[in-house]
Amino acid sequence: MELLTNQILAGIATGAIYACMALAVVMIYQAIDHLNFAQGEMAMFSTFISWQLMQWGVPYWGAFLLTLAFSFAGGIVIERLLFKPLAKAPILTNVAGFIALFAIINSSAGLIWDFTIKQYPTPFGSSPFLGSQLISTHQAGMIGVTILLLIALYGFFRYTRIGLAMRAAASVPESARLVGINTSWMIALGWGMAAAIGSIAGMLIAPVVFLEPNMMVGVLIYGFAAAVLGGLTSPFGAVVGGFLVGIIENLAGTYIPGVGNELKLPIALALIIFVLVVKPAGLFGRPIVKRV
Amino acid sequence: MTALLNIKALKAYYGQVQALHGLEFSLNEGSVTTLLGANGAGKTTTLRAICNMVRTTGAIEFDGAPLASRSTENIVRLGIAHVPQGRGTFTTMTVEENLELGAITRNKAGVASDIERMYAHFPVLKQRHTQQAGTLSGGEQQMLAVARALMLRPRLMLLDEPSFGLAPLIVRDLFKILGKINREDKVTILVVEQNAQLALEIADQAYVIETGRIVMSGKANEIADNEDVRRSYLGY
Repeated sequence: MELLTNQILAGIATGAIYACMALAVVMIYQAIDHLNFAQGEMAMFSTFISWQLMQWGVPYWGAFLLTLAFSFAGGIVIERLLFKPLAKAPILTNVAGFIALFAIINSSAGLIWDFTIKQYPTPFGSSPFLGSQLISTHQAGMIGVTILLLIALYGFFRYTRIGLAMRAAASVPESARLVGINTSWMIALGWGMAAAIGSIAGMLIAPVVFLEPNMMVGVLIYGFAAAVLGGLTSPFGAVVGGFLVGIIENLAGTYIPGVGNELKLPIALALIIFVLVVKPAGLFGRPIVKRV
Repeated sequence: MTALLNIKALKAYYGQVQALHGLEFSLNEGSVTTLLGANGAGKTTTLRAICNMVRTTGAIEFDGAPLASRSTENIVRLGIAHVPQGRGTFTTMTVEENLELGAITRNKAGVASDIERMYAHFPVLKQRHTQQAGTLSGGEQQMLAVARALMLRPRLMLLDEPSFGLAPLIVRDLFKILGKINREDKVTILVVEQNAQLALEIADQAYVIETGRIVMSGKANEIADNEDVRRSYLGY
């Protein structure tokens, strides 16, 4: 029983990270109708920036905030330089753009910081949380930061005018322009926010998976699985999907014989295929109906 | 009276296909003008051209300033509200959020009182203000679309077939409200319609458009009396 509770709590902790990645993916998907394959690499690069800042003596939370600002600006720059010009291009052109971005960021990180694995600090420590053996303080911190982030995002989209404008631009772009919203900048803003959210995921998971240029590849696949499970059109679904994928991953690894740590990733991929076949809109997404 | 909107030699294209062939007309400030024509005559294209949502050549001047180089959202910011065909409702948002979006370019002051004014014009929207806009009936969504456009405090309102798909009684109500808005709020209105009879009742000026050209223009009551127009558009 204790093993089960332990695995579920650990699943929720990593699920928090998948939820962040899924949320970032969904935000960009809502804005431009494409999956950002480079989301994980962007998060990894941001995490390296924060590590570099700490190497230079900036304290953890200072580096955290600076990295958020850097990622936000970086996301906007990527959208303006690469994806705004591709806005009307065919799907495959965009996919090629994402893959190029993936390769460029991955190689640049390798060039600047090399491919050796680095330790990454946690501000929460890794002692047992509240004296319980079930969950560590870092895992509790991952959950806590994610929940704070979700509350902040909910407030932003629900109660601010700019959040309202972003939702309008994503849901009916033409009507949004007809009420005077600059939809192009709303997309750029969405990229900036997605990059910042991804960077939080990267900085929280880095103490667990260690810092290196390929650290986010697996995490992004879990993020995709979460987004697909929850529904690519639903930010709320993406978050629920993230936590569910975290729990499923851990339980499958523990209880299904032969899965172990090695086969956890295929579980995520199998989940993606299963959802796409059985319920393509995901748990909370709306089916997309297009008039032809 | 001065012309608020002046259109000269307007041509519009969808890819290789030309939809407007040198349209010329003007709107007087404070007037209601209607653009009549059959399906495919270019009515919707004309409204889209004014908001720069289709490729055009020629000149469109609003209050003396050319619109050609401006983006759709910048044209809207000048005070041109467009109620598009199909109503353009933000279906996943609440009625009240739809109204707030109408005023998104304005300073926040005055928005709340304007929403109350819209509820006075359209009481049904007040009853439904927390409801998702997609759950409203067609008539209610059309009222919401008009109210959303008015939230801009526009100088010019463009309406694309507001009667489309609505029951006759609801259409009558809607046109009554449009006439009231024109008189009380001094909003200049350009309404495109297939339902010529109602449109001519509230309009001061009318133009008839056929295959992308203006073929007839005049005072609304004169157009309504014209033999050809009666036969083609009014059906008696």
